[in-house]
Amino acid sequence: MLSDALNTTNVKSDMSNSAITIENLSKRYTIGHQRAKGDGIRHAFESAIRSPISWFRSRRQKKLEQVDFWALNDLSLQISQGEVIGIIGRNGAGKSTLLKILSRITVPTTGVVRINGRIASLLEVGTGFHQELTGRENIFLNGAILGMSRAEITRKFDEIVEFSEIEEFIDTPVKRYSSGMYVRLAFAVAAHLEPEILIVDEVLAVGDSSFQKKCLGKMGSFAQSGRTVLFVSHNMEAVRTLCNRCIWLKDGRLHQDGSADDVIDDYFNSISNEVSGHCVNPDYGFTLEKVVLRNSWGEEVNQFRPGDDLVVEVSYDAQKRIGRPILAIGVIGPNGSCFTSNMLLDGNRPEFVEGTGQIKCTFKSIPLLPQSYTVKLVIRAETITDLIISYRDVALFNVVGDLADYGYKGEFLTWASRSTPVVVPYEWCLPDGTTTSVALIRQDSSKDTATSTSEMPQALAMHETE
Amino acid sequence: MTELVIEAGRTEREYWRDLWRYRELFYFLAWRDLLVRYKQTFVGVGWSLIRPMLTMLVLTIVFGKLGKMPSGGMPYPLLVLCGMLPWQFFSGAMSESGNSLVSNSNLISKVYFPRLVITTSSVITSFVDFLISGLFLVVLMFWYHSKPPAGVLLLPFFVLLVFGAALGVGMWISALMVEYRDFRFIVPFLVQFGLYVSPVGFQTSIVPERFRLLYALNPMVGIIDGFRWCLLGPRSSVYLPGVAIALIEVILLIASGLWYFRKTERTFADVI
Repeated sequence: MLSDALNTTNVKSDMSNSAITIENLSKRYTIGHQRAKGDGIRHAFESAIRSPISWFRSRRQKKLEQVDFWALNDLSLQISQGEVIGIIGRNGAGKSTLLKILSRITVPTTGVVRINGRIASLLEVGTGFHQELTGRENIFLNGAILGMSRAEITRKFDEIVEFSEIEEFIDTPVKRYSSGMYVRLAFAVAAHLEPEILIVDEVLAVGDSSFQKKCLGKMGSFAQSGRTVLFVSHNMEAVRTLCNRCIWLKDGRLHQDGSADDVIDDYFNSISNEVSGHCVNPDYGFTLEKVVLRNSWGEEVNQFRPGDDLVVEVSYDAQKRIGRPILAIGVIGPNGSCFTSNMLLDGNRPEFVEGTGQIKCTFKSIPLLPQSYTVKLVIRAETITDLIISYRDVALFNVVGDLADYGYKGEFLTWASRSTPVVVPYEWCLPDGTTTSVALIRQDSSKDTATSTSEMPQALAMHETE
Repeated sequence: MTELVIEAGRTEREYWRDLWRYRELFYFLAWRDLLVRYKQTFVGVGWSLIRPMLTMLVLTIVFGKLGKMPSGGMPYPLLVLCGMLPWQFFSGAMSESGNSLVSNSNLISKVYFPRLVITTSSVITSFVDFLISGLFLVVLMFWYHSKPPAGVLLLPFFVLLVFGAALGVGMWISALMVEYRDFRFIVPFLVQFGLYVSPVGFQTSIVPERFRLLYALNPMVGIIDGFRWCLLGPRSSVYLPGVAIALIEVILLIASGLWYFRKTERTFADVI
């Protein structure tokens, strides 16, 4: 109690600029508990009738029999007003639980959160949209659900419609919308909330890339107006661009808290070292020892330049002989899969694997823009249904480099970090007959020109609407 | 600037203020349910009239004509309709609000607002149906030249009572349904069963005197009696202890429903 009192005074002194104060926050889910409930009322009745005493006792001594899972474990954080904070971590690290507690969807098991200011959370785009209702009706419904008053929605209605770019379909039921239109409308409503604190969860995972940019732009301008933003994403580049501070959650605890660049770099490094031990399939006696990325000189690295060779080296230990396994290696960018090597397609399957060994795959001159990427590895046995291992983040790497070295000279080179990452060599032919070719091949800086990728003008237009 | 404190024990300190802040959501959710209900139907809102009309016809034939139940000098269709309006409201609200939390689980797991809004607005939806069906009653009363007695002024009290009963039961069932989906099977049974144990198709007076009190433990007995008395006058006998019991039961239902709902509400998102 004493410590409580002390904490409170601490907080009070900081109150002027503290937006969110989290003290010793924990959330427990009891897994056994859930399962018992699944059996429904019959189970409760039955066990109560059969042996009332032990049923009663079991209710008293719950903790003995059930598996507790601490989604959040003693988390303390201080977030000041105007900060834009990224929250990263693997699935199950507690990111979503934290956001759910902050948005009051669920309650913490222990701990206190103090929030100063009107808070709005966007854990999903289009919560409460109803398929049968028209766009217009859904704007009002969704707005009300997100906490806007009818007067407020009426006032912002035109702005919302304009932002969503679906004026002509506003009186069409949303079930007739394409998924892109749906997301645009939904985000448009959310973008017109005016909270002091905004909580966003992986909202950008949906929608096409140009719309994602628009969302990011909106969130950026929101942040610039001095409001507090909490942003959960797997899109590291988005976090890097948007956030100044970043929090890395691991197993429900605060693992690292610091500048976005530092935390993200450390996160990348740790994941590459983490693979071993995680990827064991006892059914096949197969262990994925490690996955290492090398450059064409054989050095172990996880920074590449556009146009470098990327070597993915898979070390395994197969205790049992596995005949004709199938490997697939994918490079995943912020917007999804970029390219893969897949033995299912090319047919170059080894006759068998047994004991320890290595399989290497070299991607020649990777045509990737400077962004962050992860490597996905899938190993199957003889037939495609025999999945041995499917692992999404076996390795991470960054592509870095100054695009000017590659002949890029557009005004919006910074947008390259958000553009579609794969660049197939291309050639412009202009009205006056000049042709210029563009490729991610390093060239002499005196050599001729290149334009930016096709998405840039679009990005410019979007910036202007804001 | 107000400070919001989230803590294990007392997260919901501002519950009632939030309920007020989200007051428009009552309207919006009810409006959504009403809009959606009759989308892509041919007859549309007409169903609110056709349903009670057909049920009235059947009950009149079964109880009045075939069963030859006493009508106490009242036109039998009127007698049935006066019982059916509150019953259909109550049973409709019970099914709708019972399901309301589960069918809105996407909202519950993704956005915060007092969950009571969901359950209440589904009762409101049924209430709108009740009002529309009420028009049919007005027409029928004109048809039979049945002038409402002075007691009609007490009708709002009974409407409030049936609303309270629906809300109380709704809170209980919706909160229970979150954890025990068994109620998905129990509710339709209750609705079916309730139609026969409530005096919808007949008058309370046919129940033997000594079972009267026992019978009145069903709160719908007092409520339906009240409706008939307000609309058809002294020709229908009202059993006063029944009304008193109904009133007490409704108050208890609301109080306990609110208690249970509030108690379980904080874990809805984890369990649903």
